[in-house]
Amino acid sequence: MSKIQRTAVLIILILASAAIIYPIFYAFASAMMTSAEIDSYPPHIFPSGFNLDNYKSVFAVVPVAQFLLNSFVVAIAITVGHLITASFAAYAFAFIRFPLKSFFFALFLATIMIPWEVTMIPNFLTIRSWGWTDSYWGLILPFLATGFGTFLFRQFFMQLPKDIFEAAKMDGMGHFGIFLRIALPLTRSASVTLAVYSFIGAWNMYLWPLLITNEESMRTVQIGVTMLQFEDFTSWNLVLAGLALMMLPPLLLLVLGLKQLVGNLTMGALKG
Amino acid sequence: MTSRLRKFKEAAFGYGFLLPSLAGFSVFLFYPFLKSFYLSLHSMNPRGQIVEFVGFDNFIDILTSDHFYQSLKTTFFFALLTIPACIFIAVCLALLTYKKNKINLIFQLIFASTIAVPIGNASVIWKLLFHPTAGMFNYFLSLFGISPVGWLTNPAYALLSVSMMTVWISIGFTYLLLLSGIKGIPEDLYESAKIDGAGSFSIVRRITLPLLSPVLFFISVISVISALQSFSQINILTEGGPVNSTNVVVYDLYQEAFVNYRFGTGSAQAIILFLIILLFTIIQFRLSERKVHYS
Repeated sequence: MSKIQRTAVLIILILASAAIIYPIFYAFASAMMTSAEIDSYPPHIFPSGFNLDNYKSVFAVVPVAQFLLNSFVVAIAITVGHLITASFAAYAFAFIRFPLKSFFFALFLATIMIPWEVTMIPNFLTIRSWGWTDSYWGLILPFLATGFGTFLFRQFFMQLPKDIFEAAKMDGMGHFGIFLRIALPLTRSASVTLAVYSFIGAWNMYLWPLLITNEESMRTVQIGVTMLQFEDFTSWNLVLAGLALMMLPPLLLLVLGLKQLVGNLTMGALKG
Repeated sequence: MTSRLRKFKEAAFGYGFLLPSLAGFSVFLFYPFLKSFYLSLHSMNPRGQIVEFVGFDNFIDILTSDHFYQSLKTTFFFALLTIPACIFIAVCLALLTYKKNKINLIFQLIFASTIAVPIGNASVIWKLLFHPTAGMFNYFLSLFGISPVGWLTNPAYALLSVSMMTVWISIGFTYLLLLSGIKGIPEDLYESAKIDGAGSFSIVRRITLPLLSPVLFFISVISVISALQSFSQINILTEGGPVNSTNVVVYDLYQEAFVNYRFGTGSAQAIILFLIILLFTIIQFRLSERKVHYS
């Protein structure tokens, strides 16, 4: 590429970055503005100072701490659940011989094809009949199994050198031992990829918590977000301070886990 | 140990390892999936109890109502407004930033960032940006002397506005998948193409895009599926309005089942949605057979 081309590309990329980052920047910048700043016209793009008062106030207006706690409990439980169910199932598909294996593999593939809206009404009725609305159980249990995660782990397991397993078997190790002491430690990047992916997904859940939580004390951040918006007494800087707090955990996770996601994400998706 | 006993033990381990996943899928996916078919053939009371068997009446009601075709049309329109734009932008950004260097690392983080923005948060932020008098978008337009736009209040613009927000939030995931895919292409292919004197554009056209076709195919399949399932942003930004202009299928289904408490017709609508998604997926697989190169 010539110098002119390279500069043109750079300018395009900078403009695209500005456009993509702007809504996120807007939330964090407005969260630091005073009420006078946010109501002024023409509007301010940057806050006048590093002002964290809104964060303090938002905790007083809505139970943000409770929402955050609920979301952390739910997202961590689902993430751990995914790691356990997916790694076990993937190990079975990769290393264990059992009858009807291809049938079960097809069954796991089929799970990806069923849109969850189709299961939503019966699941709602089930959870309600068990009295699990407004409970962590109701928010967590329906989401513990994952087809995507299973394929991701299987792909990583298949790439491990076969002789390690032969040697372990010679030493008298059983499947449990091989799974815990060899397969899992050698595929840590699969665990990290799935953990980042599952945590972000669980943190982002919207429709299901909307259906099965009514009490304020059980709401997750995504539902709490809309509460913030409908409280008339809150001004925008408070709303956006709440939003900023709520999207910080997944954003931080992305910054830490980006390297793992790049390169590994397509594995579960494509080569399963 | 006899070999039969060993085989039996091996199989027991296999099923034991599958059990946690199978239990989860059975209770919360396979059972409710079949139950949906069953419920769709019944009328139900608002408490979710079955009143009577009605055969295909629920389906006939839906398929003979203009309302349903309107929401289907809105959904397809929404898919057309979002998917091509999102894939095109993500492909361009990925091709321009996949090479390893410090500045690209920053670009990669920015372009992938929307994957980590929860859709509920994003919808509320965009709702404020779209605000007719105090929103930033109308302020930016005013800098160019353009009069304010009723982003979410004008039926002519509402679907377009929701689509803009959807493209924005979908770019992160699409971009990350593409970036992953490009990293999977062996370096030496580029080297040999360069030695043959191929320019940047012809390398992209002749090597990168064909080798990316499995990723692109996967992206197009899941993009269609997720566009047909969109709900959150509609619920927060427009609630299906104004004048039904953003009333997509899943929003309609949510209204039917969880606002009007008609679980029977809701289930029938869910089954129809499933069949539509299945149809599109099959069509895409058929079309791809000729065009996707697997290495």
